[in-house]
Amino acid sequence: MDERQAIVDLIPRLRRYARALVGDRFAADDLVQDTLERAWAKFHLYRGGTDLRAWLFTVMHNVHVNRVRALRPTDALTDELPEVAQRAAQGDSLMVRDLDRALARLPEEQRAVLLLVALEDMSYEEAARALGIPIGTVMSRLSRARERLRTTMLELPASAKLMVVK
Amino acid sequence: MSSDLPITEADLQAYVDGRLAVGRRAEVEAWLATRASEAERIAQLRDQREALRAFYDPVLHEPVPERLTRVARRGPRSRGIALAAGWVALGAVAGVLAGWQLHSLQASRLPTLSEGASIARSAAVAHATYSPEVRHPVEVAADQQAHLVAWLSKRLGAPVRAPALDAAGLSLVGGRLLPGEGDPASGPQPAPVAQFMYQGSKGQRVTLYVRTERRDHGETAFRFAREGSVSVFYWIDRKFGYALSSGDLDRAELLRLANLVYKQLNP
Repeated sequence: MDERQAIVDLIPRLRRYARALVGDRFAADDLVQDTLERAWAKFHLYRGGTDLRAWLFTVMHNVHVNRVRALRPTDALTDELPEVAQRAAQGDSLMVRDLDRALARLPEEQRAVLLLVALEDMSYEEAARALGIPIGTVMSRLSRARERLRTTMLELPASAKLMVVK
Repeated sequence: MSSDLPITEADLQAYVDGRLAVGRRAEVEAWLATRASEAERIAQLRDQREALRAFYDPVLHEPVPERLTRVARRGPRSRGIALAAGWVALGAVAGVLAGWQLHSLQASRLPTLSEGASIARSAAVAHATYSPEVRHPVEVAADQQAHLVAWLSKRLGAPVRAPALDAAGLSLVGGRLLPGEGDPASGPQPAPVAQFMYQGSKGQRVTLYVRTERRDHGETAFRFAREGSVSVFYWIDRKFGYALSSGDLDRAELLRLANLVYKQLNP
């Protein structure tokens, strides 16, 4: 079972993506655990020789979407931006915390595309396959996600922006 | 050399991601050179990409929690294998238990036979199954104790606590969630149970098995059971059933620990 070691080796990448996707560390690891369990339960659907990483990300995406739907049936997939969250008054990680929060305010489907492309460095074709959407949709969501993240960051107070420049 | 194709938003995104062929990249750069505001926007998007990596890449170097590695190593058929192993373990202690149950019938106080037999047996099986584990004794380690307790409380539907047994030379290793007792087909879904594992300096292990009771049973005295090499002290305290198991400690030592646990849970 070479896949076992291959999957173990992919855990850090699954954790990185999950952390960016859901924010909270424990919730992220719970998502990874559910993903791994689901992957073994559905392993007969994996075609050996194809990209195991892409398949695992597809599984994670499905697990995540199902959870979000179950938890927040109404507001999870809306485009509404909540109020800007209160930021910590001090701290040298002000900028990155803002990034974290700005990311959390992206609509689910935009965040998924952005993270697969920017963090996981997937090609647009790979991201399209992992999410089961057309490549044109990947491009439009990617563009919207980046733009929204950019403007959210720009709206922050000057002190935070100075941190970015530094 | 120019392809004369208009520069699209998709080109700009691919430029940010470094996914353009060299020729096309030069065209995009030339296009941006004459459009200051677009150039600034694209520069910010490139910074954003870098910032995301800088922020989340450290996760790649964090130690991976054991619970994840364990699931990853499990393999596709492991569910059936684990179940089979569980039944073997259950069978192994069932014979021993039969004699003990007769003994317990003569007891005058609660816990009753059904309550006590069920929790002592389940606790002994769980102890025998997990305490020999070297690499994966627990699902959530003690260094994440707040999460462990919150998680188990949530799954049991009642606030559980992990008593500190350091005074007795035992440190908390962590805990795990176990399936509840009973047949879900013939009654309400059994609530899951929790197991906390402790370890002493010589590697001796003690497990505390915590079950939620359907009704308030009041309190009972400690009861002792021995399953082959596993000793169990068990008691019921209001809506919780507890069983403290060890394969290493003698009865007196285990009773002392049971008292310590009881006091911590009822300060």
